[in-house]
Order: sequence, then structure tokens, then C-alpha cells
Amino acid sequence: MNKKPLEGIKVLDFCWVAVGPMTTRYLAEYGATVIRVESGKRPETLRRAAPFKDGISGINRSGYFASYNPNKYGITIDMSHARAKELVLRLVSWANLVTENFTPGTMERWGLGYEDLQAINPAIVMYSTSMLGRGGPMERQPGFGPVLSSLAGLTHITGWPDRDPVNPYGAYTDFIGPRFAVASILAALDYQRRTGKGLHLDMSQLETSLHFTAPFILDCSVNGREQGRKGNRDPGAAPHGAYPCRGEDRWIAIACQTDQEWQALLELISPVDWDEDRSQQASTLVGRKTVEEDLDKMIADWTVDQDPQELMRTLQDAGVPAGVVNDCRDLFQDPQLTHREHFKYLDHAEIGPYPSDQSEFDLSKTPGSLDTPAPLLGEHTEYALKELVGLSEDEYRSFEDDGVLE
Amino acid sequence: MSNGDGAQELLLSPYRVLDLTGQGGLLCGKILADLGADVIQVEPPGGSAARNIGPFYQDDVHPEKSLFWWSYAANKRSITLNLETADGRDLLKRLVKSAHFLIESFPPGYMDGLSLGYTGLEAINPELVMVSITPFGSDGPYARWKAPDIVGMALGGFMYLTGDSDRPPLRVSIPHFHLHGAAAGAAGAMIAHTHRAITGEGQHVDVSCQQAVAKTLAHAPQSWDLEGVILKRMGVFRQTSGDSIIRTCWPCKDGYINYVLQGGSSGVAASTRTLLAWMDEEDMGDEFLNDVNWEELGYGQVRSEIMEKGVAPLIRFFATHTRQELVAASVERRILLFPVATQQDILDHPQLKARDYFQQLHHPELDTTVNYPGLFVKDRHGERMSLRRRPPLIGEHNREIYQDELGLTLEQVTILKESGAI
Repeated sequence: MNKKPLEGIKVLDFCWVAVGPMTTRYLAEYGATVIRVESGKRPETLRRAAPFKDGISGINRSGYFASYNPNKYGITIDMSHARAKELVLRLVSWANLVTENFTPGTMERWGLGYEDLQAINPAIVMYSTSMLGRGGPMERQPGFGPVLSSLAGLTHITGWPDRDPVNPYGAYTDFIGPRFAVASILAALDYQRRTGKGLHLDMSQLETSLHFTAPFILDCSVNGREQGRKGNRDPGAAPHGAYPCRGEDRWIAIACQTDQEWQALLELISPVDWDEDRSQQASTLVGRKTVEEDLDKMIADWTVDQDPQELMRTLQDAGVPAGVVNDCRDLFQDPQLTHREHFKYLDHAEIGPYPSDQSEFDLSKTPGSLDTPAPLLGEHTEYALKELVGLSEDEYRSFEDDGVLE
Repeated sequence: MSNGDGAQELLLSPYRVLDLTGQGGLLCGKILADLGADVIQVEPPGGSAARNIGPFYQDDVHPEKSLFWWSYAANKRSITLNLETADGRDLLKRLVKSAHFLIESFPPGYMDGLSLGYTGLEAINPELVMVSITPFGSDGPYARWKAPDIVGMALGGFMYLTGDSDRPPLRVSIPHFHLHGAAAGAAGAMIAHTHRAITGEGQHVDVSCQQAVAKTLAHAPQSWDLEGVILKRMGVFRQTSGDSIIRTCWPCKDGYINYVLQGGSSGVAASTRTLLAWMDEEDMGDEFLNDVNWEELGYGQVRSEIMEKGVAPLIRFFATHTRQELVAASVERRILLFPVATQQDILDHPQLKARDYFQQLHHPELDTTVNYPGLFVKDRHGERMSLRRRPPLIGEHNREIYQDELGLTLEQVTILKESGAI
């Protein structure tokens, strides 16, 4: 069997909550050795976040935390302890990469700023990500994905034009960052390998996320136009929307970008009260745009009694782009996601079997895999420090006896 | 500007990328280009169809003025090449010999049909990393299906969770389906590159945009699996678990802000206390909210009872302040509150200005300078990645690549042009 592609990369991981742990999950999935540092006294946010197995909370029972942290070693260090820095620097001399997503200034306060790390390990790559980036008047502004999505302009362009804006679901910007982060980190490690030099990467989640709305920002910048929320409308397609189906809160998305797609849809619907005039008007995209609301109504009348899965297959077979609006139960039964083995079940000591999302790309020769469940709090403190980092029994005991390991 | 003198200075300077993607994959090459790679956009003669996507510079509907294209093609060079001709395929194969990456977003099977699938390209350059970005991945029951943005955002599970509960599910009003997949392509490309750099072995990276979207759903899939709860869309609220919802968007005096009323660690409880104290200062405090034990609540663990009683006092308070007042106070007092920003707000944002985020690129063909969204990552001294080229004109670098580099004669290039190969 081929080695995993990132074997040999050693990561000292201070990341917490979503964006950071999602980033290091990719690294761990593809073979990097990731030692995740946690606080035992102040367990990280996601350890206390639902869902919990059977709804019963517990520090090791969060499915949220568990999904982002498979394949990682978990250790606990009391960062407020006088000897914490000594231990961390020991880990830094072991690592190729240090990752963190604290409020800027936190690592420096512990005496663990980039210069401190470089003094121990000149080639170290450090990856820091924060809401708004390092430096500037708002570097310490607290935040997290759900609110940052609004500053990134995404809330403003999500919703119905006649209603309040809504957030794109979840901590949306947290899920934009990690792919940019993995590319950047591995580019920096490539540079490290080629030149022997280290680097401190500084990623502002805001600045990264703006690449997901760049055309609108340019439009404002060069044309002075403000783009707002448009419901499900799209300038290049009609009809274009989500239509009701049989069952409770069941929907199907349908979009016609070409005349052929529209004609195929129309043939399937075969509306009885469809006269020559309307047919003529709807034969072009420009025409369909002028009667889009009528089309929506006609399509909804047609879809409302149909099974969404069957309808999707019928439409796709006829060449009409269509997709079921999958809810989270559907995702586990979706034939394509199942084919791609999107969810990998891992057996966790306290949760039992739970799903984590595998990476959305397959590597043909060196695939990744999620193999071990997220660590229990402090599960690998002794193993990682002694077996991976190489602390002697005496050194380890000394840190333990002094209470550095919580 | 060329990579000439500073060739080794950027993170990915030594590497060349052939970018054959259309609308659905441009961001992947852009990410590698910003990190320093030499990215050559390979366009069909006449230009990429992505150049037809609006809005347009000065509203002039023209393939050299698409702001969508500008957003995701800056930093790249452009050549034209017709894959449907034998000459075009021959040129591509010659370029593949010295390339490190090839990215494409054609429907599955298209490249294989031209003998340019991974097997064909591997025979030419075993070190090549080939990245395919498609809606569903290269095989499986949906692989050949059509998936424009809204279909992909639906099947990825995003739409069900976004929008008002009494209306149809929603997408974002700008396409994101392929962007998620394209960004994932850059991550996958660099993982494969790491293996290649050490072993000399290339491979194929097969990206599914549907999976990329499914990975944006936070803990919603786990909520179904572990608690049997299907999370729903709730408009300005967000359902965080079976019995817990939090409000995110709020109207204020002159627009909207985003504030998440909740407790738990990571400074959230402190932020909530600070806001409640501010309300007290202005005689708008609320006893019920003050009595909630925010410190003991877990992240996203706000029972609906708290929301029911807590929303009205906050709405009253926010309504007495402008967006600017609320944002300024949130910075001063450290409250987790951000504006629902418009594009102009973003262009004017003090933090982005302080970090020199927006960068000017000169467009000599338009005799103007354009303010572009800048780098998605920086290094401490801002030296190892860069925004350095305005987006290329159609085939702008044909001469550089075909004549100067591949050594074709003017006569040969003319034949290729006249025959429609380039």
C-alpha cells in the first residue's frame, strides 16, 4: 500500500472550534501527524456543543467536535502554567508546522510568537488565522463564522428581496477558509523544503471569504452598483428556483439555462392551458425572464404532487438540470454521496459509531482516510509526548508532577 | 511583469499550471497563481465562456470586461487552444511535458474521449498532478447529470438549511457551488503535489463539488445521525440543535446587524454580558436576560424559552442605534457583533484598508486602474505571494508560449491560427 502523501509532516496544532480543526483534519486525513493541544480546565467550545450522542452532554460526547478531529492526537497543557512555554518549545523543535486560530496576540502573550518559535526551530512554518487578520484597528475584535458571514457581505446577498436578509447556514465563512488554508500551508511547507526557510502565514477569514463575492465587490468598485439579495433568481436562467414536492417541506431545484432545457421541461409538463402566445413568449430566455413568476407558478403546480427523487431522475433523464433539496437525513441516503463514501463512520469510546465527512477529493494513488476517532480530552498526552516527541520518562514525569499537563 | 528576476521568491514560483477550467473551476488556478505559480489559462479560440458572465466593467457587455472573469483570472496568463483539433491536442501535450499541474472542469469523460484523460497525460508526464473539478466527481450515479449552481446547492444540503421557514429553500445570490469545489481542488492539488515533490509520482485528483458543499453544513449531518434531528431553516434564526435556536440577524435604526445571542466559552458569555450591561446603562436592560446563566450554557445551547423572551428587548435596543454606533461600540466593548455589510461597506472597511487588502492593477487596454480584492493569505512581510498581473486578454500570451517557448515559427503559428487550432 502506498504511503499517505503527507506522512512525515509534523503538526503542533493549537486550533480550536471550526475553521482551524477543519484545516488540520485534511492534513491528518492525508497522513500528517497532528498533535492537538487542548486545555483541560477550559475545554474548547465545540466539546460543549450539540449534537451529543443520545442528547446527553459530556466533554467527550459532542458529535460536532468529534466530526472535525479524527486522526489527531489529543494532549492537554495548562497554558497558564509557568513551565508551559518550556514544554511547547520542546514540541516546536519536533514540528514542521504550528497552527493556531486564537485572537491575534494570544500566542505572543504566552511568549510563543513566531520569533520565539523560530529561535528554537528556524525553519518552522506557523499558520495563524483569525477573523480579521493580524494588525489593523480591529485585529482583536472577537467573532466567529456566523457573524463574520455578515461582514463578508454574504448575508446581504442571501434572502428574499422583500424580507430581512438571512445568514447562509451555519458558520459559513469557517467552511470557506480551510481549503485556501490547506493550499497555503502546503505551499509554505514546499518552500520550507526547498529553501530551508520558515514563514509565518497570516490568514484573515474575512479577506479569504471575500473571494466568494468578488464579482459583486468589483461591480461596486468599478460601476458603483450595490447588489442585493435576489431570492433564487439568476440573471442567466429562467425558470430558476426551488419548487414544492409531495411530503412535508420537500422541494426540488430546477434551472433552465438553455432553450433546449426549457423545451424539455415544457414537454414533460405539457400544460393544458398553454396557448400559442405564451408559448411564443417563453421560447426565448429574454421572454421567459419577463414571465418568470408565471412560470414558477406553473411549475410549482406540476411538482407539488410528485415525489422529489423520482421527479429529479425524470428531469435529469430528459436533460433538465434538477436536484432534490436534500435535508440532512437525505444526505446519508444520497446515492452519489454514498458512492463517494462521503461519510466515514468511526468508533468512538464514548459516542460509539459517528460520521465524519471525508475529503471532497479522491487522490488516485495516495488516497486519504479517516482511521481513528477524535481524541478524548487528554487521551494521548503521555503517548504523544513520549513516543512521538521523544520526552524521556523523567522529563514527562517532571511536567506531569508540576501540573503542566493538567 | 514576469516571474523573471524574482522567480524563486514566491511560494510556488517554480511550478507551472495549465488551467483548462471554465466557469466551474477558475478559482482553483487563481489560488495557486496567488501563491506564486505560473498559471496559464488555456482558452478555446474566441475566449472562455466564463468571459460572458456579468456584471461587466462600465456595464459594457464584452468578453474582455467580465468582472466574473476578472475576479478569477487575475494573475494568470492566457493562450488559446482548440482541443477539438489534432493540432490543438498536440500543442497541449507538448505543454504538459513541462507542466506540474493540469486543472480541468469538463464533464466527466470529455478529456478521456480526446485521449487526454489522466492515463493519457500520465504517459506524457508521470509527475503531472491532474485535477478534475466536476459537480459530483468523475463517476457514480449522478456523474453525468447537469448541475448548475442551484441544483448543486440543493443536492449538497445547503439550501434546505437556508432561508425563511415559510418560503422555498434558498441559495446565496451569487453562485457558490463550483467555488467550493474549485477551492477544494487547490487543497487537493497541493496534497498531491507534496507527494510528487518527495517521490516524483504524479496522480489524478478527482473533486466533487457536491461533497464540498456538504462539508459546509457544520454539525447538521451529525445532528441527524446522533440525535435524530433534521435541522431546519429558520430565517433570521438558526437552529443549533433540536430544542435550541439562536437569532443571528437583527434590524437596527438604519439597516441590519448580526449578533448571536448565546453563552458558553470562547468569550461568548462575556460578550453577551457586555451587551446586557450596555443595555442597562441606557435604561433598556432586561431582568430576564440578566438572570440567564450565560456562563454555564454550551455553544449554541440557547433554549427556545430564552429566545422567546429575549428577542423583544434586543430588538428594542438595536432599534435605537445606527449600524455605525453598534459596530463602533462592539469594537470598543468587545461584543460579538458585525454589520450586515454591503459591498460599499466592504470597500470602505477600516480594517481592510489598514491591512492594504485591496490592490490596484493597471489595465493598459482600458487606460485605467482597478481596485481588486487582494490576497487570501499573507506572510508576515508580504513577500511570498502576490497579486501581480491583471487578468489576461484572450490569447494574450500566445506568442510568449507558442513562439518564444515552444519554438514554433511565425508561419506555423499562422497556420494554427487560420485553421482554428489556436
